Amino acid sequence: MTVAVNPTQTGEPVFYLADEHPHPEGHSTSLGFWIYLMSDCLIFAMLFAAFGVLGANYAAGPAPKDLFDLNLVAVNTSMLLLSSITYGFAMLTMQQNKIAQTQMWLLITGLFGVAFISIELTEFAHMIHEGATPQRSAFLSAFFTLVGTHGLHVSCGLIWLVTLMVQVWRFGLIEANRRRLMCLSMFWHFLDVVWIGVFTFVYLLGVLR
Amino acid sequence: MNTDTHAAHAHDHHHDDGHAHGTFSTYMLGFVLSVVLTAIPFWLVMSGTLPSKQITALVIMAFAVVQIVVHMIYFLHMSPKSENGWSMMALIFTIVMVVIALSGSLWVMNHLNSNMMPMHEMTGMK
Amino acid sequence: MSPDLLKLIFGRLGLDSLPLHEPILVATFVMVALGGGALFAGVTYFRLWGYLWREWFTTVDHKRIGIMYMILGIVMLLRGFADALMMRAQQALAFGGSDGFLPAHHYDQVFTAHGVIMIFFVAMPLVTGLMNYVVPLQIGARDVSFPFLNNFSFWMTVGGAVLVMASLFIGEFARTGWLAYPPLSNIGYSPDVGVDYYIWALQVAGVGTTLSGINLICTIVKLRCPGMTMMKMPVFTWTALCTNILIVASFPVLTVVLALLSLDRYVGTNFFTNDFGGSPMMYVNLIWIWGHPEVYILVLPAFGIFSEVTSTFSGKRLFGYTSMVYATVVITILSYLVWLHHFFTMGSGASVNSFFGITTMIISIPTGAKMFNWLFTMYRGRIRFELPMLWTIAFMLTFVLGGMTGVLLAVPPADFVLHNSLFLIAHFHNVIIGGVVFGAFAGINYWFPKAFGFKLDPFWGKLSFWFWVTGFYMAFMPLYVLGLMGVTRRLRVFDDPSLQIWFVIAAIGAGLVFLGILSMLMQFAVSFLRREQLKDVTGDPWDARTLEWATSSPPPDYNFAFTPVVHDNDAWWDMKRRGYQRPLTGFKPIHMPSSTGTGIILAGLATAMGFGLIWYIWWLAAASFIAMLAVGIGHTFNYHRDFDIPADDVIRTEDARTKLLAGVK
Repeated sequence: MTVAVNPTQTGEPVFYLADEHPHPEGHSTSLGFWIYLMSDCLIFAMLFAAFGVLGANYAAGPAPKDLFDLNLVAVNTSMLLLSSITYGFAMLTMQQNKIAQTQMWLLITGLFGVAFISIELTEFAHMIHEGATPQRSAFLSAFFTLVGTHGLHVSCGLIWLVTLMVQVWRFGLIEANRRRLMCLSMFWHFLDVVWIGVFTFVYLLGVLR
Repeated sequence: MNTDTHAAHAHDHHHDDGHAHGTFSTYMLGFVLSVVLTAIPFWLVMSGTLPSKQITALVIMAFAVVQIVVHMIYFLHMSPKSENGWSMMALIFTIVMVVIALSGSLWVMNHLNSNMMPMHEMTGMK
Repeated sequence: MSPDLLKLIFGRLGLDSLPLHEPILVATFVMVALGGGALFAGVTYFRLWGYLWREWFTTVDHKRIGIMYMILGIVMLLRGFADALMMRAQQALAFGGSDGFLPAHHYDQVFTAHGVIMIFFVAMPLVTGLMNYVVPLQIGARDVSFPFLNNFSFWMTVGGAVLVMASLFIGEFARTGWLAYPPLSNIGYSPDVGVDYYIWALQVAGVGTTLSGINLICTIVKLRCPGMTMMKMPVFTWTALCTNILIVASFPVLTVVLALLSLDRYVGTNFFTNDFGGSPMMYVNLIWIWGHPEVYILVLPAFGIFSEVTSTFSGKRLFGYTSMVYATVVITILSYLVWLHHFFTMGSGASVNSFFGITTMIISIPTGAKMFNWLFTMYRGRIRFELPMLWTIAFMLTFVLGGMTGVLLAVPPADFVLHNSLFLIAHFHNVIIGGVVFGAFAGINYWFPKAFGFKLDPFWGKLSFWFWVTGFYMAFMPLYVLGLMGVTRRLRVFDDPSLQIWFVIAAIGAGLVFLGILSMLMQFAVSFLRREQLKDVTGDPWDARTLEWATSSPPPDYNFAFTPVVHDNDAWWDMKRRGYQRPLTGFKPIHMPSSTGTGIILAGLATAMGFGLIWYIWWLAAASFIAMLAVGIGHTFNYHRDFDIPADDVIRTEDARTKLLAGVK
């Protein structure tokens, strides 16, 4: 028996770890969450594909030129960009263990997120009011679904953000909460990346068409 | 507060985790770059500076690609080393899949439309 | 009560939704109700509910979840196969002016349900179950990366199955074929609940499948024991990794395409409609981007099982391990480049068709390489014809045949003749039954002693094997003939009397397969009764080669008392050869995840939400959604999800095994 337990003394091969450290909790979380994001990326890719194929089928209805207000989109884009950098600040202050500042930056991020969603909803309401409903044409179905899915993701992110703020407030910046904040940061920045695709391919190229 | 011990503990264990953290300057650099990379395409489209729509389209798509890379590096902290390269591997695989599915769908459906629908009907639909 | 109020409470659901006018369904319902009632009464009488809840429903142990997946797969196999028997009987009878015994309305549901159930709720659970059980053991891990998620994934799959089964007695199932192509599946042509059952069953189950895919990828990437580099992983683990990569890369596509279809049906958008710029062809395109990888999701783990079985029962190292791994990876990538061969006839033209035809033919190269690897592994081996090996040999013969008809169908001009014919039906049953089903049975016979501590009875196993194999050939070879004669799929009645004989032969074949299934159930029962004679005390009944055989049968909760260290591809073989001594002292407490009921509760709520959406019971859908959110968030407030198995318990378990092993010697 001692052979296996103290292998180095006899030069026999080691077949098991006599003294091991369990994997720390959450050791797979960041990779797992990244793979989830990749699957989400494919969801968006398919919505982009639907928009790419159907996006020119106006069915004698309104076209992007008639509908999109690029100034509004620019404002909306800046909301999301600002929320990204403020989330970055939240992560930086988290690394310095400054709970109050972390919470403040998270709150600001959330407010930018809310502003983004509000502007988007205003835009949708305006379009629907003008008769450009999702039912009007395949282009509008694809537009509302793609942009709406992004908005839905941001909304989920906001719910998650609030949950995490409560958890940080109650339990502090413990390891589990840091991990969760890191996952949300990946989620949030990922949505930003998707938005780059949205404003380029849907709005800018749409208006160009 | 036991956060300090937690943090130290975590640091011990997570050296192979390899999830890089940004600093203030990398975040700011990423932010400034992405503002610039967002503003230029908007300006190009809204002002119509470039001579043709095709050129504008190509240029803003190029800007989008660059901006996505900037976000990946400065905000998502992608590097070939994180998670022993598995994150990068997953990303590259996903990009390949996305390119195949997107371009394939566009190609297939475009051919279908040109084969199955005479041109005047196509324009009539728009 | 006023109709408005009734509509508010019950949505579309009314007394007329119950299929009381269909005698077959009523009889089935009575049987299911009696069987279910007996089961319920039995569990209650023996006071097993608490045990089931604590030890099984809420478990996060990958082994138990794996076993539950297998049970789900086998139960659903009975349902799916009942559909198959009805179809075969109908087609054998409906000649010469006879209408058969199934009305069109029912027959169309039967062939749709058969396809959906066999793929999503038989093949997928069997494959996922085997991966769940075996992979952590093969890589020397104690559990998967996210044990709670594993439990949740399983119950979501069950939730989807429950919705499909509910459609049998409450309302109806889709009458569209298993992929529900629009415009037929759109609200204008399928206004009933059938397609909604289809959509929500697959969405609920799909969430589970995707999450389980993420989970197993992480497990394989992160939890391999020391020494196990990627190129030292067992081939089954490799195929599991590739399969789960495919799951994560393809199930989101299914999610999207079904979501778009439901938007068309519920909101009135125009993705797949015929007017307002919609394109039904886009649905076909998108769903096959998922659909083709799906068949490789199913068959890759089967390839892994055959690899393990062949090398174990030939007593040899697997021939060409490296080429096997590369072939698997190449198949993984290529499976994404061939989806259009499912709709060559749609009209994308010669350039598109030839591209996808060629990529399809290329896939046969790595698959052929695998076939030769198995053959060379057997070559000059000491082959033991135990049950897993028998299934493997049947697979090799059957799959080659199915693969060759597949290459035939990959030629676009040939496909224009054979598209949608029974030739196609024969082809894909040939590869799915010959590949996935035989693979699952090989896997069940191979790993059963590991999971339960006794082997499966060989007599009934062989009976089942021969019934299945002969039944399969009798059932599907006639379909090749019929397909070449131009008979299309999904027909209910026939005019040409000369065709009948082939359908009768096929029906007899299906009857033989039925005997095969009965023999298999008999095999389980007999093995349980003879478990003392069939007992495996060594933990290694087949003289096998990979790590799962290093621990006891059944393995303890913690799998391995000490994390193994690996030096060779065939880790356990290497350990046996180099005189590994099982450690008897020095046990420590082992850190393990604790059970939780959150998974089953969340999945139950998701199923209720699906039911509400199917029947337009909006309050139910909204309430379940809010409850899901609340339970999900509530779960994140629980920070204590692990416990330690005390060293004393480990010592007790290991000492018991020491005594058992001493008894053998």
